[in-house]
Amino acid sequence: MTGVLPVALGDATKVIQALLSAGKEYVCVMKVHANMPEERIRQVLGEFQGNIYQKPPIRASVKRRVRVRKIFFLDVLEVDGRDVLFKVGCEAGTYIRKLIHDVGEALGCGAHMHELRRTRAGPFIENENLVTLHDVVYFFSVWQETGDEESLRKFILPMEKALELLPKIYIRDSAVDAVCHGAHLTAPGVVSLETGIKVGEKVAIFTLKGEAVSLAEAAASTEDILKMTHGVVAKNVRVLMLRGTYPKLWRSSR
Amino acid sequence: MQRILSPWQIKRELLTKSEDKTDPNFGHKPEERTIQEHIRFGVINLDKPPGPSSHEVTAWAKRILNVEHAGHGGTLEA
Repeated sequence: MTGVLPVALGDATKVIQALLSAGKEYVCVMKVHANMPEERIRQVLGEFQGNIYQKPPIRASVKRRVRVRKIFFLDVLEVDGRDVLFKVGCEAGTYIRKLIHDVGEALGCGAHMHELRRTRAGPFIENENLVTLHDVVYFFSVWQETGDEESLRKFILPMEKALELLPKIYIRDSAVDAVCHGAHLTAPGVVSLETGIKVGEKVAIFTLKGEAVSLAEAAASTEDILKMTHGVVAKNVRVLMLRGTYPKLWRSSR
Repeated sequence: MQRILSPWQIKRELLTKSEDKTDPNFGHKPEERTIQEHIRFGVINLDKPPGPSSHEVTAWAKRILNVEHAGHGGTLEA
């Protein structure tokens, strides 16, 4: 199967956590095992939008128990006899092969996945900076042979890109190194923040220059953080910035 | 069943809690990193070819780009 596979390099591997839990989008070809009226196929596929129950396949890397997965949308693009082309947006951890199998059961005749291409993984999409392994080899050799960084800078994206869909909290310089050392972010360190922050959900902590500091879990909502004068706002999940990038302006308790 | 708003369709607004400036002597904008730092803190949007596993493809990218670590975001079956 082909398509969008974000690959994080070096110290950026720490942002992967944000991508694993991000929504995905696929285009796929389903083969239905009997002739069915097009209307029936469209109707059954439509019923697979919203919350669905899914048992991971035998060859899966997770425990095989029924899980609920969100299907954001499922759009039929074309029906040609027994071949059905559709686009699906879904929560992380949805097995499309299994989804199609289950659609086949619902149709009563069975169906299987013929082809699959991922068109989105979180903020990474098919028609924006997508490169093949051949491109990677070529651009890298151009840089090594000529020293021209331009093409390399174009296809290697800063790790901040991977955090694009998360709500962000921007913090003062004086709070940066403490967070880099693992401290939870407290209210006085916050300069600005985005709407939609919910308790227990992931947030990205950024400097005022737009550099990622850490991946964290919100301890308060956007509305509450705006009102808070003290207390923990977000708990570190993964520190992304190297310690010492900003000066140490905090005192240890000793 | 209904269509749900996809996470990538959510629009966010930036709200100010307090004012502060950043010191230009520390850190720098992501796009101002040196090329070595840019690679070390970089992500590529790779088009996975059919056949090899996500893991294999990632290992190749790691070798080609001569980096110590590499990891992929979400397995795409072979």
